[in-house]
Amino acid sequence: MFEAVLLTVITAATPLLIAAVGELVVERSGVLNLGVEGMMIMGAVIGFAVANQTGSGSLGVIAAIAAGMAMSALFGVLVLFLVANQVATGLALTILGIGLSGMIGEAFIGVPGLDLPQLYIPVLSEIPFFGPVFFQQDALVYVSFALVAFVAYGLFRTRVGLVLRAVGDNHGSAHALGYSVVKVRFLAILFGGACAGLAGAYLSLAYTPQWVENMTAGRGWIALALVVFASWLPLRVVIGAYLFGAVSVLNLHAQALEFDIPSQLLSSLPYIATIMVLVLISANRRLTLVNTPACLGKPFVPDR
Amino acid sequence: MKSLLKTTVAAVAFAALGSAAQAADLKACFVYVGPVGDFGWTYQHDQGRLAVEEKFGDKVETAYLESVAEGPDAERAIERFAREGCNIIFTTSFGYMNPTIKVAKKFPDVKFEHATGYKTADNVATYNSKFHQGRYIIGQIAAKQSKTGTAGYIASFPIPEVVSGINAFLLGAQSVNPDFKVKVVWVNTWFDPGKEADAAKALIDQGADIITQHTDSTAPLQVAQERGVHGFGQASDMINFAKDAQYTAIIDDWAPYYIHRVQEALDGNWNSHSSWEGLAEGHVVMAPYTNLPADVVEMAKATEAKIKDGWEPFTGPITKQDGTVAAEDGVRLDDGAILGMNWYVQGIDDKLPE
Amino acid sequence: MRIELVKRKEHSQTMALLSPVIAVALTALSAAILFSITGHNPFVGLYKFFIEPLTQQWSLEATIDKATPLILIGCGLAICYLSNNWNIGAEGQFVVGALFGCALPILYPDFENVATLPLMLLFGAIGGALWALIPALLKTRFNTNEILTSLMLVYVAGLLLDYLVRGPWRDPDGYNFPESRIFSDAATLPEVFGGAMSLSAPITIVVAVILAIVLAKTLKGFEIRVMGESPRAGSFAGFSAKRLTLFSFALAGALAGLAGTMEVSGALNQLLPSISPGYGFTAIIVAFLGRLNPIGIIIAGFVLALSYIGGEGVQSAMGVSNEIASVIQGLLLFFVLACDTLILYRIRFTSRRIADGEASHV
Repeated sequence: MFEAVLLTVITAATPLLIAAVGELVVERSGVLNLGVEGMMIMGAVIGFAVANQTGSGSLGVIAAIAAGMAMSALFGVLVLFLVANQVATGLALTILGIGLSGMIGEAFIGVPGLDLPQLYIPVLSEIPFFGPVFFQQDALVYVSFALVAFVAYGLFRTRVGLVLRAVGDNHGSAHALGYSVVKVRFLAILFGGACAGLAGAYLSLAYTPQWVENMTAGRGWIALALVVFASWLPLRVVIGAYLFGAVSVLNLHAQALEFDIPSQLLSSLPYIATIMVLVLISANRRLTLVNTPACLGKPFVPDR
Repeated sequence: MKSLLKTTVAAVAFAALGSAAQAADLKACFVYVGPVGDFGWTYQHDQGRLAVEEKFGDKVETAYLESVAEGPDAERAIERFAREGCNIIFTTSFGYMNPTIKVAKKFPDVKFEHATGYKTADNVATYNSKFHQGRYIIGQIAAKQSKTGTAGYIASFPIPEVVSGINAFLLGAQSVNPDFKVKVVWVNTWFDPGKEADAAKALIDQGADIITQHTDSTAPLQVAQERGVHGFGQASDMINFAKDAQYTAIIDDWAPYYIHRVQEALDGNWNSHSSWEGLAEGHVVMAPYTNLPADVVEMAKATEAKIKDGWEPFTGPITKQDGTVAAEDGVRLDDGAILGMNWYVQGIDDKLPE
Repeated sequence: MRIELVKRKEHSQTMALLSPVIAVALTALSAAILFSITGHNPFVGLYKFFIEPLTQQWSLEATIDKATPLILIGCGLAICYLSNNWNIGAEGQFVVGALFGCALPILYPDFENVATLPLMLLFGAIGGALWALIPALLKTRFNTNEILTSLMLVYVAGLLLDYLVRGPWRDPDGYNFPESRIFSDAATLPEVFGGAMSLSAPITIVVAVILAIVLAKTLKGFEIRVMGESPRAGSFAGFSAKRLTLFSFALAGALAGLAGTMEVSGALNQLLPSISPGYGFTAIIVAFLGRLNPIGIIIAGFVLALSYIGGEGVQSAMGVSNEIASVIQGLLLFFVLACDTLILYRIRFTSRRIADGEASHV
């Protein structure tokens, strides 16, 4: 029973985790991209369309990543090269993405999707309890963990990560030191787009293998919330995504177990919980100030 | 620039002429609450619209507005159609009730048809289908097929239509197995594939081996397929999404009603009414019974035939959850009691959200 | 050769006027292409989308009516954004405002007199302000990020509305359907002109003009602008960032709550499980399109409302799908945002050699 619940939590948390880790890198570079929802839904529709046309789930995933990157490139050009307002551009990206995905997806409504093969790691998956939970998942679940490890290592243990954080914390000095602020940020934005596209592919290829309009249903926004919730630390994003997944899944279990609570109250618990945890974390100034990218959302144009 | 302007004017004039030249005898317009591509509620209404187009050809022109939010947008969308020369306007969501009535007052010559509501006027008719008839049948199938004796029911919102659906399902199940259990989960949405899938998983994890849903996506059935349990399609035939898992589906078929009413409007004998029909009139259709042993298919078909002959699933004895009697043996509930149902029958463990 | 941006010494007045025109022209061009590739007549499409809504009194009034809540909420948000307070939860403030405002006609339906409507509007503003003060207080007290908390509270507000309309506030004569009782005339915002428009439009214009004057001419306006541009300089002038955060959130919440109450009282006449087609989020875009200036916001709100009404027009007349309208909307926003760059920056074409020497970063 507990094992089964855990499995459900993992599927609910994975798309959030992937998208949030990507956005974390973007924000660490000092850019706030509110268009996660739009990039994610484009990833979902393109991933589904390509997988459906080619019969290959992997090609679908690659196409979804490319779609997310294309959307994020549009955002990057606007906010970096044309110095447009990041909040407004991100919102516009979401509107555009929802519209475009609906147009592209028209032909794929009512078409069943491919099931991504489950990856059973031999021997390990036979271990009772731990086996099914850790070694019997969609391939993308492993990818999500690899992604977190990659980002955590890259951000804090490599030179590239150092430069990226420097750009996010003080773009003036980073520029003075000879780093290309715009280039670093553009690459970070592309990475974020790739992750959002991948998260979308997870929805339309693994979570609920089908295409329907608006199928992201607000998950892009939750991913944004998770980044702040995690105070810009990759490992905390994992905790956040799984906590959020757990609360929303347990809500459903609590109902099936006949707990007598209004379902609206249960449904609002994840949001209230996020606010509370956020307050607890941010009340401790030391924890947040250290990690908040100081230049988040501020435009940069090199003076000459 | 000048020539471009000229072309524009010419094009606009041409377009205006064009539409005037092929003027149809009647314009039928549809307001949808969701996207046409939801493969559920709105999709089925649009199938009905397409059936009207196919049936009447050039005689009837149709138009639709999709994803019209309930609220001020609805009133504007309906009024737009009334002003643009629509002769009959179908508003296909419960939340459009008061906007429909409001606009209808302003346009007494336009005919309005509101789905699932209860307010009528001289030029406003209402229509709905007896979906609970289908639910009774799938309840019987569930009880026959379930090994654990428990079904999971994913419910959207506690409105009478959903509540009567749950009751009909359990009554059907109890007619086969009096101890049958149904676990209800309220997801507070009509449409969120991810959440519906999670709810299905939660129910299966708690012992349900039959899943049914009063939400619009195919996700619960897909989960059933994946987990090797069974379920039923909702609104449209979802067999393509769950080849081994779907037993049957309760299909909303609006085409007969739309064609009938458009015909009446064309003939000039359209009248306001409240239509509430079911299996017998083809407004509710059961998808082919699949993945079932022959005796269960036979039972389902027999029940279907009995309902088509006029039998009502809400016929006593029916006991409410609190133990009071809702209907004596052999007494059938009247339409008002079913349309306004806000109580559970005995045997449901869930407490109805207040 | 490469292209780079050079900051202008001051805002270009010419470009400030020209950039929206260029943006609309580019949108029209893209829309024409979009209509063509989906097999529709591009000229008819453009006419239906951008021109026709302006040619009839009814659709013009409908456009204004749609623009009203966007403008009112957008004005409040502009104050927040000018002072560096990132309130993106206006949608929730709109809903809670409506709940407070509508408590009166729902709980006391017999209270019908001249005071009903003014009291409703007052309660609505108070409700919205209280809801907005939650993220503001969390920010000033615990330094909690307001973008996130205000957004989370949107979902909570929606569920609260859902609970009330399906439970305690359900219409006792409504067959258990999820809607409140219909308000009496005393609780209904009167209609003006043709009837597609309620009193909310004139009220909104008055509020926007007052805000424009406050921002431009008063000390409070000065405080908001200074604190937004340089909080350090502001604190030397004796302004308190915390007080301003509370003030701007409360104001934005009050205006959103007012908009919510007017929408429910004027257009819906009852509470429904969903009362806003995303006004609170669209208003964020309106605020930026209007360059955080109340008068600009009036224009931006009208243009955005036009894109909705025009979108419905092409949909119903030409069978164009709803998604095309939303794509055109997205493109319009992108072009406006991109063209605004020209106000602050000049585009310079330079040869590769010189640029390399300057270690350019574009």
